[in-house]
Amino acid sequence: MEFAFYFAAGVAVLATLRVVTHTNPVHALLYLIISLLAVAMCFFALGAPFAGVLEIIVYAGAIMVLFVFVVMMLNLGTSVSNQEHQWLRPGTWIGPALLALLLLGELLYVLLSTTGNTLITGDTVDAKTVGISLYGPYLLAVELASMLLLAALVAAFHLGRLEAKELS
Amino acid sequence: MSWFSQEVIDVLVQIGKSIVILLAVVVSGALLSWVERRMLALWQDRYGPNRVGPFGAFQLGADMLKMFFKEDWTPPFADRMIFTLAPVIAMSALLIAFAVIPITPTWGVADLNIGLLFFFAMAGLTVYAVLFAGWSSNNKFALLGSLRASAQTLSYEVFMGLSLMGVVAQAGSFNLRDIVHYQMENLWFIIPQILGFLTFFIAGVAVTHRHPFDQPEAEQELADGYHIEYAGMKWGMFFVGEYIGIVLVSALLVTLFFGGWQGPFGLLPQIPFIWFALKTAFFIMIFILLRASLPRPRYDQMMAFGWKVCLPLTLANLLVTGALVLAAR
Repeated sequence: MEFAFYFAAGVAVLATLRVVTHTNPVHALLYLIISLLAVAMCFFALGAPFAGVLEIIVYAGAIMVLFVFVVMMLNLGTSVSNQEHQWLRPGTWIGPALLALLLLGELLYVLLSTTGNTLITGDTVDAKTVGISLYGPYLLAVELASMLLLAALVAAFHLGRLEAKELS
Repeated sequence: MSWFSQEVIDVLVQIGKSIVILLAVVVSGALLSWVERRMLALWQDRYGPNRVGPFGAFQLGADMLKMFFKEDWTPPFADRMIFTLAPVIAMSALLIAFAVIPITPTWGVADLNIGLLFFFAMAGLTVYAVLFAGWSSNNKFALLGSLRASAQTLSYEVFMGLSLMGVVAQAGSFNLRDIVHYQMENLWFIIPQILGFLTFFIAGVAVTHRHPFDQPEAEQELADGYHIEYAGMKWGMFFVGEYIGIVLVSALLVTLFFGGWQGPFGLLPQIPFIWFALKTAFFIMIFILLRASLPRPRYDQMMAFGWKVCLPLTLANLLVTGALVLAAR
């Protein structure tokens, strides 16, 4: 299972790198979908199939569709591609990339120096366990998230209503 | 011959079974094109394709020959990579979802604990086929078709998931095999979950974008919508993918609401496959009959129906089912 995990994680990292470096927005989104699928695969390898499948349904299947939907409607042409090329010149990204590399090195150092690394056991966390812990110890987080979503829903409804009034 | 152990034989048998199921699904999906045209013709008082072979049964072969020898044309203004990728997604995603369907007690590709969720995941990914096809074609009508498709699929997927949660709550599992076993001991879910059945059926038609939910490819308004630029086998993959979707949704309806491989009232348990095939064929016929008999609703009516009728209905169904399951504890 370790092999599956690291393989999927490597795919995720590479795909995300291409999301950043690609100049065509739709192709970049395609890589982002691959990255999300790879993250779902990581969950599967860790023995959390419920989380993995929800990752595919919610992120790859619903949120990314909205992203693609919006980018498709923008009708981006070669001008955007050229703009991206300009923005992606080494002078722009080399500084932040070096600093991020430093942080990565520090992270690796901390990860490797801590003892008591646990290996993937192969135990699976099924839907029932997830539900029990969501509505047990994490009840407050669930309620807060639901309030946030409700606020977003009301805001979206309000925006949609205004537009409908103007049209009629 | 030490490697030729019982384990290896089991694996080989399982692989063989999987390949047989795969081929059966693809072939029945392809044959459906002929069945549909014949049935539509029957209901509309015409002949339909009846020239090639007995009753026109070899029409499929003729169609395939035609498609293979057509020029495999990619428009110069299209986005080549995504243009090629879209039909692959269209055909494969729903085909992969068929892996979780338990066909008989001993036949079935994968026995996943998250079987039902796996189907939702694959159904969620199929929308990319239409989206990418419409965008990469670089054609106004194709883009309009795929915009409609994504809005429709997103709205109908919301309550497709909710409509089956009543079944899951009663059976206590996402595993399709467990759901069938539960129906063996209790009533078929069509009786207690009739609302779930109705809404899932509507959502299933919408996800396969079949008539009357074929807004993405409405011939009269969009001149075939998202696959307008496709020709040859690429178009054929969209075509077969749609029929595979019909077979898949019919098989799911049978598995979830009509007891899977069991006969009515426990009749003749010796022929599980025949029961499964008969029930699936019945739902496929319903799909075709829908196309033959219903007009296409207006786009905004369809969206309003999904959000204002089906979504509240599934929520109420889930609430009542949950309360009853809790009370029965």
